[in-house]
Amino acid sequence: MLRYIVKRIVQMIPILFMISIISFIIIQLPPGSYLNTLIAQMRATGDEVDMEMIEALRIRYSLDKPMHIQYFNWMKGIITRGDFGFSFEWNRPVSHLIWERLGLSVAVSVSAMLFSWIIAFPIAIYSAVRKHTLGDYFFTFVGFLGLSTPNFMLALILMFISSKYFGFTVGGLFSPEYMMAPWSWARFVDMLTHIWIPMIVVGTAGTAGLIRVLRNNLLDELGKPYVVAARSKGISTVRLVFKYPVRLALIPFISTVGWQLPNMVSGEAVTATVLSLPTAGPLMLAALRSQDMYLAGSFLLLLALLTMIGTLISDLLLVLVDPRIRYE
Amino acid sequence: MNPKNILEVRDLVVKFKLSEGIVHAVNGVSYDVPEGKSIGIVGESGCGKTVSSYALNRLLPPYATLSGQILFRQQDGNIIDIAKLKPEGREIRAIRGRDIAMIFQEPMTSLSPVHTICNQISEALILFQGMTKKQARNRTIELLKLVGIPQAERRVDEYPFQFSGGMRQRAMIAMALARNPRVLIADEPTTALDVTLQAQVLSLIQDLQNRFNLSMILITHALGVVAHMVETVNIMYLGRIVETGPTMEIFEEPLHPYTQGLLQSIPKLTGRLGERVSSIPGSVPSAYDIPKGCPFEARCKHRMEICREEMPKPVTVGSEHTVYCHLYTGREAARDAANA
Amino acid sequence: MARKKIPAPAADTAEALSTTEEKIFYASQWRLMWWKFRKHKVAVIAGFVIALMYLGAIFAPFIAPYGPTHRDRGNIYVPPQKIRFWDENGFSLRPFIHPLKVTTDWETFQKVYTEDTSRRIYIRFFVRGKSNDDQYKLFGLFKSNIHLFGVDEGYIHLFGTDDLGRDVFSRVMYGGQISMSIGLAGVFLSLILGLILGGISGYYGGVVDNIIQRLIEVIRSFPQIPLWMALSAAIPPDISPKLVYFGITIILSFIGWTALGRQIRSKVLALKNEDFIVAARLAGTSEPKIILTHLIPSFMSHVIASLTLSIPSMILAETSLSFLGIGLRAPVVSWGVMLQQAQNVHTISMAPWLLIPGVFVIIYVLAFNFLGDGLRDAADPYGN
Repeated sequence: MLRYIVKRIVQMIPILFMISIISFIIIQLPPGSYLNTLIAQMRATGDEVDMEMIEALRIRYSLDKPMHIQYFNWMKGIITRGDFGFSFEWNRPVSHLIWERLGLSVAVSVSAMLFSWIIAFPIAIYSAVRKHTLGDYFFTFVGFLGLSTPNFMLALILMFISSKYFGFTVGGLFSPEYMMAPWSWARFVDMLTHIWIPMIVVGTAGTAGLIRVLRNNLLDELGKPYVVAARSKGISTVRLVFKYPVRLALIPFISTVGWQLPNMVSGEAVTATVLSLPTAGPLMLAALRSQDMYLAGSFLLLLALLTMIGTLISDLLLVLVDPRIRYE
Repeated sequence: MNPKNILEVRDLVVKFKLSEGIVHAVNGVSYDVPEGKSIGIVGESGCGKTVSSYALNRLLPPYATLSGQILFRQQDGNIIDIAKLKPEGREIRAIRGRDIAMIFQEPMTSLSPVHTICNQISEALILFQGMTKKQARNRTIELLKLVGIPQAERRVDEYPFQFSGGMRQRAMIAMALARNPRVLIADEPTTALDVTLQAQVLSLIQDLQNRFNLSMILITHALGVVAHMVETVNIMYLGRIVETGPTMEIFEEPLHPYTQGLLQSIPKLTGRLGERVSSIPGSVPSAYDIPKGCPFEARCKHRMEICREEMPKPVTVGSEHTVYCHLYTGREAARDAANA
Repeated sequence: MARKKIPAPAADTAEALSTTEEKIFYASQWRLMWWKFRKHKVAVIAGFVIALMYLGAIFAPFIAPYGPTHRDRGNIYVPPQKIRFWDENGFSLRPFIHPLKVTTDWETFQKVYTEDTSRRIYIRFFVRGKSNDDQYKLFGLFKSNIHLFGVDEGYIHLFGTDDLGRDVFSRVMYGGQISMSIGLAGVFLSLILGLILGGISGYYGGVVDNIIQRLIEVIRSFPQIPLWMALSAAIPPDISPKLVYFGITIILSFIGWTALGRQIRSKVLALKNEDFIVAARLAGTSEPKIILTHLIPSFMSHVIASLTLSIPSMILAETSLSFLGIGLRAPVVSWGVMLQQAQNVHTISMAPWLLIPGVFVIIYVLAFNFLGDGLRDAADPYGN
């Protein structure tokens, strides 16, 4: 088991390396650099553009160096010092800006995933056991509807309903008094009272997919001979469904964690903008717009890393639940 | 119900309602299972033999409809009609495993791949016999030894995929015997095994049947398999029994053209090199629309005008040998006259 | 699996076969799929809905009463108007609308529109557009200014108007052209990339296979939307809308091909040692011919099914990107661009009809999901 984990982590290294290169290339793709944005801003506000200062900034941020040198310096900082570079726009090191944002992104994504599991699990079992009944059709349709609704639409609709019918506005992850406060128990509780809307919004799209995967797996399993064999022992249907097919159907289900987590992070990026959550998505979007390259690049890199960790976790879980892999 | 029988099947009909139409899987089958004896049901695949045996334990899928009688004499002497029970009700579940146990065709897929052998065999013992985990485990080891699995103490904790095919089938047999059932249904127990293993597993089954005085229904497509194992043979074709009788009589004097064909298609060791094994021409017709006359009519070399029109009546020759074929209509009367 | 070998029925038993079985024995693969697909009622309906929507997009300029940039200057945020056949003055075979009365709510300083039920404005068919903004070229060829319907007096706004007084109904029709074509274009590009790279990977194996597989792995390690965001941020802001459209299409398929590429690779891997391929190779058929005439047709049905299922994610991506302001941008009209106006609660509670393009996105995606589901089942005609 330990050997397997180590092997998997070693395999991740070259891919991570490729990812860092691609991240860096992508954020370099837009013509110009942050300095162009700065110049445009200064012009817009009517300030005089001091070309000497711009040139000084260019040298200070190593923007005058060739791309591979810039990449090398960036990587060196990350690996040796955990330094992800400097955010031009915020005038602070990137590492001061991203961790809380990423942490909140993970919190929203993980809670959305748990939400979708809790909803999907009973519905899928119901749908599979009561296949082709009215209830099954109803849930299938609702599932498809969830699958077909863009996340931000759902967020907008929920916002609309809550403001029109319940008279309160939703958005953000904290009440104003906790917005800037340091972490405390009260702040955590405050977050829990806000997190449910993004949780529902982000979770819904994934729920539909999960219901379909689990229902189909269950249907496959329910038709297998070992189910008939277990019935021939006198075991009741409910017990049987939970002991045998659900266990087996869970295996591909767990393997979906791998793609579900990135999907959640992905969906969260858009939802967060609509609901104005202080998570990674909106800050990354802003950084992309202003060509704040190290900030945007670090987000891209870390989100990809997060995805890979999700895949790793799901592979490890798979080994735990499926003896066939364990004994290979 | 005849007092020496444990199970009597009368006019069993099973239909499957599919979107393509109705499949007539079993069309009026009757047979007896005497207590402590074994009978065989023989036929090609698709003839309804497996379906008719699943019906005994009500294991058919929900889209199957069932009619006729399945009379079962319970331990306390009461007679119960299994065909009338609720499909997944308490009563039938109590019968399954305790009274009527099954061995399945595919030992590979009939065991859950993610649970240990111990877990799967001891499950029913813990649930229904009130054993503790420990007791159930000991009983499981005992059972595995009984069916001839070496190092049972160690192997009991392994998963089915760590077992060989023959071992898996032995584990299946152990699972079926766990609660000392009175009737054992063995559905093609050796089809999925190598020839060398087949004989071993068959003799194990026969041995256990004698030892525990089990009543057994052996379902197979190979006449050769039943020859030494059962007292009575029922030959099935397209959802009907076409001939039934004591095994020796069927082998010595097969009457139905289908039975004759089946016997001729067994390759003989004594045959000359290059001699062709004969086969029955044609294939089994569709079970969607079954013929109104004799089911074998389309493939029979002796077919007559009446075969297409009318289902033959049973003709009893000898004490227990019955055949459903127009060739023999009137023979019964002739023999009775000769005997008189 | 395609090309399953079915034993030919022996001649002497052919008559014993039922008619249904006989049909199954002799039907071609595509025919079998069609039979199976037809049984999927929901998928068939979804197919009709999609066909209808594309028909609507093709004839959008004719169906829309106004051009996408035509502004009804006096009337901003007009709520959707109801088509009526009936009012207090009785029934009329010709549908009509009531004209709007505008008052100002002095508390919120907003315009309030009420229907003047005493008057009727009849809807006319095949009318001439109101201004040059409404002129169009059907299929890019036939210049015209005739519209399916319209009114003589004032305007008709079936889905209301937006902040500039543009007709939401007309813009939804025009937006469909862009939104519904970008999905197709993206899928088409993905298909080509997937076929080439996945095919090479599966057919030749070895080092090439390894490189392509790693590439797919790396691309898939990025969460989709952030990667999309980063890539579309790279599209320069000052290029023409047409180029932006192409850029977005390329970005969508850049990620979209990976799933397809994997699928095609595994199909090719499974198929290349099948008997009928080996037989063709032994018979001396050239490699390209084997690929074109044997391999590709055998997995085409699966590919079509999964293509259908990947269109929804394309359009959802386009809509999301445009909504965030980094996808298509004005003056291009797409459903996502239109939804950009509905970004905050204030606007939505004031003018909920601005969400109507979103309803079209949902219908379109829903229909494709149902259709794809039916196709996927049908693609395996020998499965139960």
